[in-house]
Amino acid sequence: MSKTRVIEIEPITRVEGHGKVTIHLDDHNNVREARLHVVEFRGFERFICGRPYWEVPVIVQRLCGICPVSHHLAASKAMDMVVGAKRLTPTAEKIRRLMHYGQIMQSHVLHFFHLCSPDLLFGFGSAPESRNVLGIIEKMPELAVQAVMMRKFGQEIIKATAGKKIHGTGSVPGGVSKNLSIEERDVFLRDIDQMKKWVRSALDIAKKYTLENLDAVRAFATFNSSHLSLVREDGALDLYNGNLRAIDAGGNIIFDQVDSRQYNDYIMEEVKSWSYMKFPFIKSRGHIDGWYRVGPLSRMNTCGFIDTPEAGKALQEFKSLTNGNPNHMTLAYHWSRMIETLHCVENIEKLLNDPDLQGTDLLVRGDRAEEGIGVIEAPRGTLFHHFKVNENDQVTFCNLIVSTTNNNEAMNRAIRNVAQEHISVKPKITEGMLNHVEVAVRSYDPCLSCATHAIGKMPMEIEMYGPEGNLVDRKGQYL
Amino acid sequence: MDKIIIRIDGAEIKGKPGQTIMQAADDAGIHIPRLCDVEGLEPQGSCRVCTVKVNGRTAASCTQPVADGMEVENDTLEIRNYRRDLVRMLFHEGNHLCPCCEASGRCELQNLAYQLGILQPDKYPYLQPVRPVDASHPDVMLDTNRCIRCGRCIRASIQLDHKNVFGYIGRGINKQVGVNGKNLAQTNVDIHDKAVALGTCPVGCIIQKRAGFFDPIGKRRFDLHPAGTKVEDS
Ligand code: SF4
Ligand code: SF4
Ligand code: FES
Repeated sequence: MSKTRVIEIEPITRVEGHGKVTIHLDDHNNVREARLHVVEFRGFERFICGRPYWEVPVIVQRLCGICPVSHHLAASKAMDMVVGAKRLTPTAEKIRRLMHYGQIMQSHVLHFFHLCSPDLLFGFGSAPESRNVLGIIEKMPELAVQAVMMRKFGQEIIKATAGKKIHGTGSVPGGVSKNLSIEERDVFLRDIDQMKKWVRSALDIAKKYTLENLDAVRAFATFNSSHLSLVREDGALDLYNGNLRAIDAGGNIIFDQVDSRQYNDYIMEEVKSWSYMKFPFIKSRGHIDGWYRVGPLSRMNTCGFIDTPEAGKALQEFKSLTNGNPNHMTLAYHWSRMIETLHCVENIEKLLNDPDLQGTDLLVRGDRAEEGIGVIEAPRGTLFHHFKVNENDQVTFCNLIVSTTNNNEAMNRAIRNVAQEHISVKPKITEGMLNHVEVAVRSYDPCLSCATHAIGKMPMEIEMYGPEGNLVDRKGQYL
Repeated sequence: MDKIIIRIDGAEIKGKPGQTIMQAADDAGIHIPRLCDVEGLEPQGSCRVCTVKVNGRTAASCTQPVADGMEVENDTLEIRNYRRDLVRMLFHEGNHLCPCCEASGRCELQNLAYQLGILQPDKYPYLQPVRPVDASHPDVMLDTNRCIRCGRCIRASIQLDHKNVFGYIGRGINKQVGVNGKNLAQTNVDIHDKAVALGTCPVGCIIQKRAGFFDPIGKRRFDLHPAGTKVEDS
């Protein structure tokens, strides 16, 4: 019987619990499997039961410290269904969209500048001591200031629409609780051109990096996969609302224009004993081959076009790199993220100029339903919220598929891929291995990285066990 | 005697016969914090948040009648510390998750905590009691996780609605508000009752269904008019 060595890479998050990577080697030091273990607050799905449904969009934000707005909106969409609000008023829908674009903007900017730009600008083989946001502040202070201002812009939009930068309450079942006043609007209009300029140049950095280092990008954690996201009825990118589309690695449609409320008929979840995260897969393809990726890269692959002019052009460029075929490069997530950021800023501008934002018709009601499903494209990918509510208005059932969970298998693949490259036949743990695994995981911007956002470091520990389970090597960074 | 002069923290104010210290202070524009007392209901004197020192001895200002020559201490470090501890204990005894609570921004307990400079009640261990939620009634919900046993609902039901919907059950630390019936749906409570009107329950325990979070942040009761005058120093 062949024995398996286990190498453990443990990124210890300081805020939201604890994740670790284990890499399983066989007798010949080949990587057999790589697993990212994330401890999620799974108790939530039980905790929410018994609570009144109108509390859910507010309470559910406690799930996540970095994209609470996505949860706020996904839950609101689910509860729209419960209160029978088939179609929101134009003001409500537009206020929610504005909130969402502000959220994606600030989240993408945070990820790009704090987490990924040090890797891109300094090279991810460079010394970890300066390969972080502090290095950026020191070497490129202007860029750092822009990042702070762009993030602030997004956060102020959240505050103006949700009431607070985190844990706002602006979106309620059936609509919103406030519109945007002229005074609030004018503050944003004043800065919008500047934002567009800065986002353009950030997009440029991401694009240039990808094109100039194409061989390295292609070689780094690239693997074929299916992709899934919401798209608009005409196939356009739509981050707030739409129907589900899944494509295979070759770009062929697996399913399209599926009403997201029927997600259960198309997506199943597998539970594995070693992880708290569930493993969703596309039903028709089975649990072995049915895994898929979500998030910015997947959205670039699934959507036919982007309906805002500058991001639309940027998408065409992006797609031409792979001749219109799906792009499978893990590092292309960064470029995708910046295209989306530009799309958000363009949309924010369009919305700010729309008088509907000052409308006063905020709420609709219809026939009460017992079940609500809300799906949204969160910064990290498709986010599913599913609730059942009894006749006393209490939640009796809750199922959530969060974006990071959708990318579960993909992150494992990325780690395996990188591990194979860097540690096979080398039973010793190297700096390079640490760095590369970190960069691979980080590309997906998994929620566990939130603890690292402050300084842009991902604390990690690797433990390597021999065939008998004995510790043979151990290395860590930022511990 | 119809002219009563008392001093609150050294300031001379006039009181009327039959008035409580709190009423006299209110008339003079001096704020004394309170939870179980509310205009329109007989005072009960149970929360002790309105504690003052009268001639050196503690008393509940909502029940203590004024008497000529009283020396009242209200806004002193010692009294503020008493009040802080009382308010902290109310948080620790129940289950209060303010960011998720629809009473946030209009809750008197939360507002009092802000006034007293308690941003994170962490002095005592959280008891995390298991408390029931009664959602049986079509319009009104009772979430006893947030009840502070101020008795305002009980008094309002009896004194204003001439019903007897609410009452206490249990004793000591287990004492909590309950209803006279199997559950709320089995009582004769009505959405128009004063006992369940907005503002009777000072916290988010009695809530009107399906109306939560309609008031945007910035427009809620205490966003607009924070009660009291200042955030006191610790
Ligand atoms: S009742 Fe008041 S103190 Fe309690 S959670 Fe709600 S807002 Fe906070
Ligand atoms: S339900 Fe509200 S009003 Fe009644 S005792 Fe509890 S806190 Fe006071
Ligand atoms: S307000 Fe006086 S004891 Fe409660």
